[in-house]
Amino acid sequence: MIRIENVTKRYPGGQEALSGLNLAVDKGEMLFITGHSGAGKSTLLRLIALIERPSSGQVIVDGQNTRRVKRRKIPAYRRQIGMVFQDHKLLYDRPVADNVALPLVIAGVSHRDAGRRVRAALDQVGLLHKERRTPETLSAGEQQRVGIARAIVTRPKLLIADEPTGNLDPDLSLEVMRIFRRFNEVGVTLLIASHDISLIDRMGCRRIALDEGRLVPEEEEESWQ
Amino acid sequence: MAVTRHSDAVAPVHSSGAIATWLTRHVSTSIGSLGRLFRQPFASLMIVLVIAVTLAIPASLNLVVKNAQFVSSGWDNALDFSMYLQKDLSESDASELAKLIQQRADVASVHLVTASDALAEFKVQSGFGEALDHLAENPLPHTLVVRPSSANTSESMILLQEELGNLPEADLVQVDTEWVQRFHAILDIIKQAIVIGASLLGAAIIVIIGNTIRLDIQNRREEIEVTKLIGASNAFVRRPFLWSGFWYGLFGGLLALGLVQYGLFLLEQPAARLAGLYQSGVSILSLDLRESLSILAVGVLLGLIGSWFAAARHMRRIEPR
Repeated sequence: MIRIENVTKRYPGGQEALSGLNLAVDKGEMLFITGHSGAGKSTLLRLIALIERPSSGQVIVDGQNTRRVKRRKIPAYRRQIGMVFQDHKLLYDRPVADNVALPLVIAGVSHRDAGRRVRAALDQVGLLHKERRTPETLSAGEQQRVGIARAIVTRPKLLIADEPTGNLDPDLSLEVMRIFRRFNEVGVTLLIASHDISLIDRMGCRRIALDEGRLVPEEEEESWQ
Repeated sequence: MAVTRHSDAVAPVHSSGAIATWLTRHVSTSIGSLGRLFRQPFASLMIVLVIAVTLAIPASLNLVVKNAQFVSSGWDNALDFSMYLQKDLSESDASELAKLIQQRADVASVHLVTASDALAEFKVQSGFGEALDHLAENPLPHTLVVRPSSANTSESMILLQEELGNLPEADLVQVDTEWVQRFHAILDIIKQAIVIGASLLGAAIIVIIGNTIRLDIQNRREEIEVTKLIGASNAFVRRPFLWSGFWYGLFGGLLALGLVQYGLFLLEQPAARLAGLYQSGVSILSLDLRESLSILAVGVLLGLIGSWFAAARHMRRIEPR
């Protein structure tokens, strides 16, 4: 699903967020990326979402080399990927249902179909009864679930999440992870950046660790922790 | 919490459904933009008012010129000819000639001013008074004041002038149309000036709307970033701002029409009084349908241009971080 080949991302000023990274994520896999802040987790996800482009190397997502995606085609590319953010990135001037419907509106889905899909997505995160509320009247955990509903409403094959539980307490974090797990069970590939090692351990999925833009070899991982 | 299959991504929309979807999208975006305008009634009203006044100024000036042209278009044909007769022609011959000319179809009336009448009038008007009494003889000829019939065109007027001038009794036929021509030339210049001024005001409207949309874009920066992050194209994020520009222009145009009509209403009575004084049935010309529609169209067009410039310029710079 994702192939990262010898990717380096260098920012102006010279510091390297990623250095010669190689990584492959299979279809239907649920992969955690760990590492402390500044290790390059977010940068990796941003390269996959084409918010940034690599300085060198290839990022291939679902057979598409991001290098060949022209600037004009970036929106269409992003629509294939569901994205979940630490700060939710909801629009606070409109109700929950309208937030979740936004990707469908962008994709030009008819009003009737959109309504049906929004309710299905909200149902999957357990927020169907709050579709008319505005996001700020919801708890942090609920807001994050709205963000997840928005990410999956277009039924993407790939979901990327940057610290989705960063602002949540352990119970809510586990709830969010269980929702992710359910999507994974129906075939969605997930790539989740998180530094919550104990939570990741409970999920029992493959995980990779980044340190200063490089992959930490598995044998060293234990000691790194 | 049933989990459905996620294998199929969003299916692209096809054919007739696509057009319907496109239309629904535009309708809902336009209504959304309209709603935004109404949620800030005072700010919106100020902008609409500025646009309206800016549109109404050239529109009403144009109307003034149009009325002046209409009123003066009747003057060409209503002008009297002064036909100065040969000095040696007697008063009775002149009177005969007057009757003869009177019978022409292209002549409405002929009035004879005898040499002595003319001298008497000249004495009063010139201020030379007694001095003229010392003249040995009256230097003035008899004059026929010929009023052409109103059916004359400007070509037949020239023909009439030539024919009268070719009569053996005639010395000189004079038509004082020069000042009318000058007046028309002045109106033409004013019209040109209005076009130039209107273009400048149009540019001002583009700037005003562009600036308003720019502020609007800045206020909604976060929203634009988020929508772009989840796959919105530049066209998608631009659309509501184009609609805002459209509404500003349309409402500005409508209010401009209202302002012009109100101005006409205020002028109606004085104009009627003036027309009464001249015993003419002329009333003020107002904006016809074509002119009204063009004011609206210009308003909308300027609104779209202004918002397009602002959106094109600022939207590209807002990219998700």
